[in-house]
Amino acid sequence: MRAAVVVFPGSNREGDVARALKLATGRPPDMVWHAERDLPAGVDLVVLPGGFSYGDYLRCGAIAARAHAMDAVRAHAARGGYVLGICNGFQILCEGGLLPGVLMRNRDLRFVSKMQRIRVERADTAFTRAYAKGQAIEVAIAHGEGNYEVDDETMARLEGEGRVAFRYCDAAGAVTEAANPNGSTAGIAGIYSERLNVLGLMPHPENLVDPLVGGTDGRGLFDSLARAA
Amino acid sequence: MTVREPAIDDALVAAHGLTGEEYARLVALIGRVPSFTELGVVSAMWNEHCSYKSSRIHLRGLPTSAPWVIQGPGENAGVIDIGDGDACVFKMESHNHPSFIEPYQGATTGVGGILRDVFTMGARPVACLNFLRFGAIDHPKTRRLVAGVVAGIGGYGNSFGVPTVGGSVGFHPRYDGNILVNAMAVGVARADSIWYSKATGVGNPIVYLGSKTGRDGIHGATMASASFEADAEEKRPTVQVGDPFAEKLLLEACLELMATGAVVAIQDMGAAGLTSSAVEMGAKGDLGIELDLDAVPCREEGMSAYEMMLSESQERMLMVLKPEKRAEAEAVFRKWELDFAVIGRTTDTKRFVVKRHGEVKADLPIRELGDQAPLYDRPWTPPAPPARIDDAAVAPPMPHDRALLALLASPDLCSKRWVYEQYDALILGNTVQGPGGDSAVVRLGDGPKALALTVDCTPRYCEADPVEGGKQAVAEAWRNLCAVGATPLALTDNLNFGNPQKPEAMGQFVGCLQGLGEAARALDFPVVSGNVSLYNETMGAGILPTPAIGGVGLLKDAGKSMGIALKRAGDRLMLLGGDPGWLGQSLYLREICGREEGAPPPVDLAAERRAGEFVRSLIADGAVAAVHDLSDGGLAIAAAEMALAGGLGATLDGPATAQFLFGEDQGRYLVAVASGEAAGLLARAAGAGVPARDVGAVGGSSVTLGPGCVPSALSALRAAHEDALPRHMAAAGPEA
Repeated sequence: MRAAVVVFPGSNREGDVARALKLATGRPPDMVWHAERDLPAGVDLVVLPGGFSYGDYLRCGAIAARAHAMDAVRAHAARGGYVLGICNGFQILCEGGLLPGVLMRNRDLRFVSKMQRIRVERADTAFTRAYAKGQAIEVAIAHGEGNYEVDDETMARLEGEGRVAFRYCDAAGAVTEAANPNGSTAGIAGIYSERLNVLGLMPHPENLVDPLVGGTDGRGLFDSLARAA
Repeated sequence: MTVREPAIDDALVAAHGLTGEEYARLVALIGRVPSFTELGVVSAMWNEHCSYKSSRIHLRGLPTSAPWVIQGPGENAGVIDIGDGDACVFKMESHNHPSFIEPYQGATTGVGGILRDVFTMGARPVACLNFLRFGAIDHPKTRRLVAGVVAGIGGYGNSFGVPTVGGSVGFHPRYDGNILVNAMAVGVARADSIWYSKATGVGNPIVYLGSKTGRDGIHGATMASASFEADAEEKRPTVQVGDPFAEKLLLEACLELMATGAVVAIQDMGAAGLTSSAVEMGAKGDLGIELDLDAVPCREEGMSAYEMMLSESQERMLMVLKPEKRAEAEAVFRKWELDFAVIGRTTDTKRFVVKRHGEVKADLPIRELGDQAPLYDRPWTPPAPPARIDDAAVAPPMPHDRALLALLASPDLCSKRWVYEQYDALILGNTVQGPGGDSAVVRLGDGPKALALTVDCTPRYCEADPVEGGKQAVAEAWRNLCAVGATPLALTDNLNFGNPQKPEAMGQFVGCLQGLGEAARALDFPVVSGNVSLYNETMGAGILPTPAIGGVGLLKDAGKSMGIALKRAGDRLMLLGGDPGWLGQSLYLREICGREEGAPPPVDLAAERRAGEFVRSLIADGAVAAVHDLSDGGLAIAAAEMALAGGLGATLDGPATAQFLFGEDQGRYLVAVASGEAAGLLARAAGAGVPARDVGAVGGSSVTLGPGCVPSALSALRAAHEDALPRHMAAAGPEA
């Protein structure tokens, strides 16, 4: 598995995800500056990390979606390469047309940072094979705009095609309104592209890869990817 | 457009906050009437904030050195040696007044300013903390201020990308008209690559880096600017607007630039902007500075020299660069798309010369701007210490279980989850302990070392007895570091006080500093940076004296840090440090009995030290399963907090008296130990000269405060503790 992390000027969790990738794959990922037009040769996985790509004072990810590096990311995805967008990365994937829908401000209009359970909706993708279907894993969340909204028709397609990756849930795995931290439609925390090679999610599995710092429930995602290629 | 500058007269001088004497001092210094720009520059350098003119002589008494101190007060931030060639750089600073006027932006720029202080020295910020005080929780302004300040702190830190790992939030009517927003930033650098503001070399380029300069935050100039503008200029807000994205770029660019070796000196533009940063660099290097303001990147057209020198636009830096490295430096700035301009040079004249449109607007002796700043030994009166109350005579107005419930839901003790869940505490992946414990614990890189961080002060103690209160603030910070197993190393202080021209307020300041100094000396806990915020007064009413202490400690092994959560049923709870039962100034007395009175608990610094060192040795040996310091609310609250954190109940079997349960005696800890090791721990404590007592057991799902007390279900305590602040924040009612 060879991974690359795209770094925008306002990215701030690129180091966190690089650390998780190194732990899972045994080697540090290539860091790719947003102004680059090409990805390093032989890259299997491209990660768009968390942060505030260009300050994101208006629409999160809208400017980043038009960065040079994103053309290369789109081409990579079109070839069937793996793409993982976390938090701001998810916002950028939606703004860049790689995933449907949009991330709106959280239901109560406040930034929310805490530990959160999410349910693994399927465990047969390149991102989730190390988990069990229905497993309620613990991850961190830290976002002000993570309220996933999508039109009814697309929603029906996402559900029908099994493209919902994770839903916010309680410790028992139940998807409830009380367990939903931001008001996302159907408790959605992450979704896949049609071919299941692109995943966008709001939570931060990369912050749960270390028993000393929160726990290790996030490792499964990176371990799955490490084995996928 | 030719700008007509106002004539210098008494009214203009007064509008700049200079007294007649101070103005005469200026005229004598330069031998002529100053220009308008010079008046602005000098007023900025000689105000309380920049010159410390009322506080300087008292600050001299603080201990500032230790073998591990690399840089004490006087630079952008303090620096300490944390071993292995690493250094920790930290400071705390207030943004009280701006946050009261515009809570969101006031708080953001407070965080931005302190982060800049830290990375200006070459350190990458690894954590932020904050110390907040608001008015009464039901005051009509409080809700809006809390919401705005908290959102602002989060808005800046979350975007900049530094975890906000801890803090202190309290409420008291004395802050109704003057809240406190103190932000602390902590960074890490290599000890051999710390950057300072001292300029060296003649003819070196002075470079401006960062955001453009606008008319925001021009100090004291609202009135003055109206008098020289042709058209009636709209009033500009005096609060600046923060841009965390620009700051993030500035951080990366500065650190990248420092790595190239191009930087000779660096200073951020904080209070008094370009004036203060340029003068500081020149004065420290005993050099002159010449600035050509035509080269300054501006956001607005037609800015005068006066406005540019006093602008407090955010996210700006000033550097002296090695001339031969200029191209390399410019490439770094370009990569980060930041404004970059050579706006002057160092000279050998020891003069501070400012030019605009080819005209000299200011020509001042640079060292004297600092050295000759006014210095006041203001009259002060020591407050009469209140008499100790008769503790034994305090009659409990309600059963202890109800008092516990009420205290856990009281504004100062209720869960601050509503606040800290708006802060990203986890970014960077090193937060071993976040908000909610005695100290935050932040691992350094891949470990094993970690920093322990805390902010503390008990203003009601300081109000009652400034000397004991000052001691207690330091002792509590030191204790909180010990409670997680860290060796306390140094502190930063944020001294928030009232009007120094009132002898009573000045007496509080002097008293608190005396106590602070005594404690810092006794505990080998030197002051390496700090900030003084005076004139915290509204309508003649001053705030509670509030010397907030930010403490930094070191853990050799992040994996050995100790938490407050109870872990095993059957463990014994041991009280270390004695149980005299001091109720004066306690939260029990205030919240439950409705009496805010008496002398605060005294601090025995020798006992404090013994207890802290003993606790650290227990943690290092793995002899305890949980540790919590005793502070607000005493033993009962400590036990309840430990139970709530662990989801495991506790039963106390000591005397069920208010004194024993709720007394706030200092220098104490509650620890959980395996039952088989309880006797050994008592013997070990006796050997260390630390009073110890077995006070109860861990287990069950409720907290019982003593024989005959009604058990309180953890679920009920948790609900009361967690729901209080969200309920206040959601309450309907008039807003101001």
